[in-house]
Amino acid sequence: MTDWVPSARQREREAYRRRQTRRSVGVAGASTLVVAGVAVAVLVGSPGWPRVRGTFFSWAAARDAFPAVLAGFWLNVRIFAVAAVLVLAVGLAVAVLRTLRGPVFFPVRLLAAAYTDLFRGLPLILVILLLGFGVPALRLGGVPDGAVVWGTAALVLTYGAYVAEVIRAGIESVHPSQVAAARSLGLSHGRSLRFVVLPQALRRVVPPLLNDAASLQKDSGLISVLGVIDAVRAAQIETSYSFNYTPYLVAAALFLLLTIPMVRVTDWISMRALRRQSAGAR
Amino acid sequence: MTPVLEVEGVRKAFGSEVVLRSVDLTVPAHHVTVLIGASGSGKSTLLRCVNLLETVEDGVIRLDGEDVTDPRADPDAVRRRIGIVFQAFNLFPHLSVLDNVTLAPRRVHGVARREAEDRARELLDRFGLAERAGDYPDRLSGGQQQRAAIVRALATRPRLLLLDEITSALDPELVGEVLALVRELKAEGMTMVIATHEMGFARQVADEVCFLDGGTVVERGSPEQVLSAPVEPRTRQFLRRIVDAGRL
Repeated sequence: MTDWVPSARQREREAYRRRQTRRSVGVAGASTLVVAGVAVAVLVGSPGWPRVRGTFFSWAAARDAFPAVLAGFWLNVRIFAVAAVLVLAVGLAVAVLRTLRGPVFFPVRLLAAAYTDLFRGLPLILVILLLGFGVPALRLGGVPDGAVVWGTAALVLTYGAYVAEVIRAGIESVHPSQVAAARSLGLSHGRSLRFVVLPQALRRVVPPLLNDAASLQKDSGLISVLGVIDAVRAAQIETSYSFNYTPYLVAAALFLLLTIPMVRVTDWISMRALRRQSAGAR
Repeated sequence: MTPVLEVEGVRKAFGSEVVLRSVDLTVPAHHVTVLIGASGSGKSTLLRCVNLLETVEDGVIRLDGEDVTDPRADPDAVRRRIGIVFQAFNLFPHLSVLDNVTLAPRRVHGVARREAEDRARELLDRFGLAERAGDYPDRLSGGQQQRAAIVRALATRPRLLLLDEITSALDPELVGEVLALVRELKAEGMTMVIATHEMGFARQVADEVCFLDGGTVVERGSPEQVLSAPVEPRTRQFLRRIVDAGRL
């Protein structure tokens, strides 16, 4: 209806709320400026700043190192893309196996539990070294011996164990009444999981999964111990030529360029889903 | 004496849908006001506005004479004085019944654990839940859960108790035990605003019945007057539908 005119009291309330909002925005803006200002002042005012500016913020060094670092970063991106898909598949499969009930599945549950316990407990760098140097040394026929392949396999095994536990936590957070409702409609255990439990579970674990994704992306650089040249290794090489540390900053910027949009987009997607589901619940 | 609750010209819309157009209500101390009306007539929204779970778009709500719709009012301080019981119980599933009941007294009102638990057990005992104190809500029947929710709302000794269709999610044979509890609260002089579809119950406990329709109180009066001899055509039409549904 359009015939409603806010009362004087309501206009006064709205004016008050607007003032409060303006004040909060002002306080937030001012405090941000102060903190940023202090940080910059400390950095620029420090005795070593001229030196640091030359060795970490050299435009020329950045330009020279960029092609090599970017080429290395492209490897990080490819490893991440392949590993992320496999990690999700392994994690999902292991998490689902751990939810199977009944004595028949005891060995399956045991294996799944042993896998997560083992690979969550081992330092990633050890897994990479063991797989990357160990497996090719076996000289098995028909098995690829590339460092990239085995490095990626190590990433998948380790992160699969983390992700399996995250997804299992999500599955267990779905209220049993949901399973009861799904089973009572005649859906099998598998279909209940697929159509009712997992959609709710995965939505809840998106933030921790993103943690693991960002972390996986950064750890993809660890396979450089096998002699592969990724962004970090490329930056290191450039640095050792020029004795200038700017290439490290170039690599850092490239990593941020990838993670920040990824995290923002997923945040936005899950916020939208939440809003659609709970209209005005809070 | 100042009424416990005064509602004047309250308006609330969700987007373009105006749920409350202009609602007035006065609840003196120890009085029970029952809100009736079709689904979507704004009974729940009105209760949520009183408890500041919703922000009104116009009008005033006063609790003991104090304007709680003033944006300077502290919502937590207002809610400390009001108890609310929801249709779906809203018990905390990770806490035992006893912990559900003692949460607010201990964490909000600063009552010592021992004292809070003594009072909680006393209340649970009175409402026949003594032996369920250690159980988790999911193990209770619907009627028991709703009684536990009422006990939780009472544990902070509220000035005003809001009951939002507290029997709508219950089996018919469990409705009686919950309504008996509310009758007992009425006998003790608790001030209450009750949204309900149970017309027989409304007749028993109400000092005043208000019929909500189209975002306003269309008719108000004693239960006999509103439920047996309604003046407004819309009230008559609503009651006829209730009779047809076998609920009166």
